[in-house]
Amino acid sequence: MNGLTFDIAHLLAGSLVLVSFMMLYQDRLFALINVFALHAVVLALSVAWQAYIQDAHHLYITAAIALVFKAIVIPVGLHRIIQRLGIHRDIETAVGIGPTMLAGIGLVTLSMVLMLRVTPEADPLAREDLAFALSIILLGLLVMVTRRNAVSQVVGFMSLENGLVLAATGAKGMPLVVEISVAFSILIAFIVIGVFLFRIRERFDSVDVGALDDYRGERR
Amino acid sequence: MTAFSFDAVAAILLIPAAAAAILAALPNYKMTAIVNVIASLLTLLAALSLFVTERPAPGQYLIVDDLNIVFIVLNTFVGFTTSVFSASYIAHELETGRLTAPNLRFYHAMYQIMMFGMNLAFVSNNIGLMWVAVELATLTTVLMVGIYRTHEALEAAWKYFILGSVGIALALFGTILVYMAAQPVVGEGTNAMVWSVLIEKAAHFDPALLSVAFIFLLLGYGTKVGLAPLHAWLPDAHAEGPTPISAVLSGLLLNVALYAVLRFKLLLTASPEAIGPGPLMVTMGLTSLIFAAFMLYRRRDIKRLFAYSSIEHMGIIVFAFGMGGPLANFAGLLHMVMHSLTKSAIFFAVGHIAQVKGTQKISEIRGLTESHPGLGWALVIGVVAIAGLPPLGIFMSEFLVVSSTFARHPWLAIPLVFGLLIAFGALLLRLTGLAFGEPRGGTAPVEASYVPMYSHLALVFAAGVYLPAPLVAWFQHVAGILG
Repeated sequence: MNGLTFDIAHLLAGSLVLVSFMMLYQDRLFALINVFALHAVVLALSVAWQAYIQDAHHLYITAAIALVFKAIVIPVGLHRIIQRLGIHRDIETAVGIGPTMLAGIGLVTLSMVLMLRVTPEADPLAREDLAFALSIILLGLLVMVTRRNAVSQVVGFMSLENGLVLAATGAKGMPLVVEISVAFSILIAFIVIGVFLFRIRERFDSVDVGALDDYRGERR
Repeated sequence: MTAFSFDAVAAILLIPAAAAAILAALPNYKMTAIVNVIASLLTLLAALSLFVTERPAPGQYLIVDDLNIVFIVLNTFVGFTTSVFSASYIAHELETGRLTAPNLRFYHAMYQIMMFGMNLAFVSNNIGLMWVAVELATLTTVLMVGIYRTHEALEAAWKYFILGSVGIALALFGTILVYMAAQPVVGEGTNAMVWSVLIEKAAHFDPALLSVAFIFLLLGYGTKVGLAPLHAWLPDAHAEGPTPISAVLSGLLLNVALYAVLRFKLLLTASPEAIGPGPLMVTMGLTSLIFAAFMLYRRRDIKRLFAYSSIEHMGIIVFAFGMGGPLANFAGLLHMVMHSLTKSAIFFAVGHIAQVKGTQKISEIRGLTESHPGLGWALVIGVVAIAGLPPLGIFMSEFLVVSSTFARHPWLAIPLVFGLLIAFGALLLRLTGLAFGEPRGGTAPVEASYVPMYSHLALVFAAGVYLPAPLVAWFQHVAGILG
């Protein structure tokens, strides 16, 4: 492997982790969605680079899906939903920014230690991609648990899924990557449509998942 | 002969898929209910024909072996009886106006897509395809859980969706790691995701990577099995959706996820240096069992009560498979079959009970054996069975789990028996209130279909009294495969 191609792949995957960190401290919905769009663009670049160095043309499709669907369609859709629902105020974070960032650093350290330790014999590029991917997945989970707002939970889930796509493209020659990324896009489309069509706002009077939680049928 | 046997596998996939397309196009709800039943029956017959026809060699995508035949037959059988129950249940929902005709068209099409997804997950030989199939089955059930469009149903569907998606994402990461572990040995490409190839070469995989992969897979698919602490979606989804869906969720979908876990457990067992999957599964199983047993006491909603009971029983099953060995695996397998049959029978009864009483609150349902003897006694037999009293089938499988635990790890038997007794107490306590005493609530006569529930209960009873030798031999053989 040529040094430069490796460095570029490394740079792109690393930037993806960095953008995941940026999501942690966004306290406005619009800003969060914009950062997510950036996340998707970096993912598309990273996947396209993998497609180029692995000479795997089908991965360009995955990159295109990431660029068109996740970086443009979904963010635009979410912007409109937020405006319709009239919830472009601050995000109520369940945990403060400081502890969240510390937890994020802890998770990234954990995934680096874990993945680099268990994959000493794997291809160095795939190995680092996997470590970065796990970091992104864990940071996505962190976004989901620290936010109480349904839309920002969806954004957290989508960033988590970007981590999965990174892992799948990093695993050289993995079959079904395109199919899986399409399946995931459908899943996400369902979620976004769900937020909107199931009228979570109307039905629950708020997109705050804390309010959804009040109904349990047994707390009386 | 080979051509015909290929047809059997194709049939269990194509019949539901074709039926879904037809059902989506048919406007008449009575007709769709009948078509749904017929399609489910045909799928069941196709599944049964797997026993007699010659099996195709495992391909890159599909496989039929002794392990999955048990699951497929159970799946299609409960799928068929549930479709019969669903027809009478749905007719009532339409009368009371909780569902409309377009809803039903959607519901029946989704039912068949769900059957397709579950059957595909069982026959898939490719771990990527299996993942897609489980996702498909999950998505359809999410849509059906939310079908009433009430505040509660939407919340349940949303919660199920988010937790299910996180679970499925973790499972995919585990799947990718398995591929990474397999790739240096098997080589790049589809072969490194084909289960029958993986199992042969698993001994040469990197054990550390495989171990990490299994943890992700166990957490991911474990979310769908409903193992504590990842079970939060399960009670809501059971309580708020239509009851036929509660029956297939408990009776079938949990088994699909369990089956995925078992397939990967086999990979781990084949690699001697990887961590043993047993202790992890035993811990999660016991946690679920004891947690759910205590949660049973505080339930006020009848469907929620039995949802927690499903968590409890999945805990027992995962515990048994985690113990491993021929006897514990046999017990786990038998328990899984008995639980599917009993729990779906209970939900059939509960569905009609909730309809005649107009409520799901336990406190408002009393004296069922007096007001509706048919339903009341079905519930009594079902709960007695699920609580693990002799002479019904679950008693036998629980007894086997406990005795095999005593024989090998006596210390583990203490928390196991403790959990079983706690759950037993809770269920009987609730049952006395529900079934006996002064009748309360609606007393309208019920147009229930008794055949599905009583046929399930009869099977459970028969299994408790006498298991035919060929069946025992078959289960022993499968238990042997599971290692």
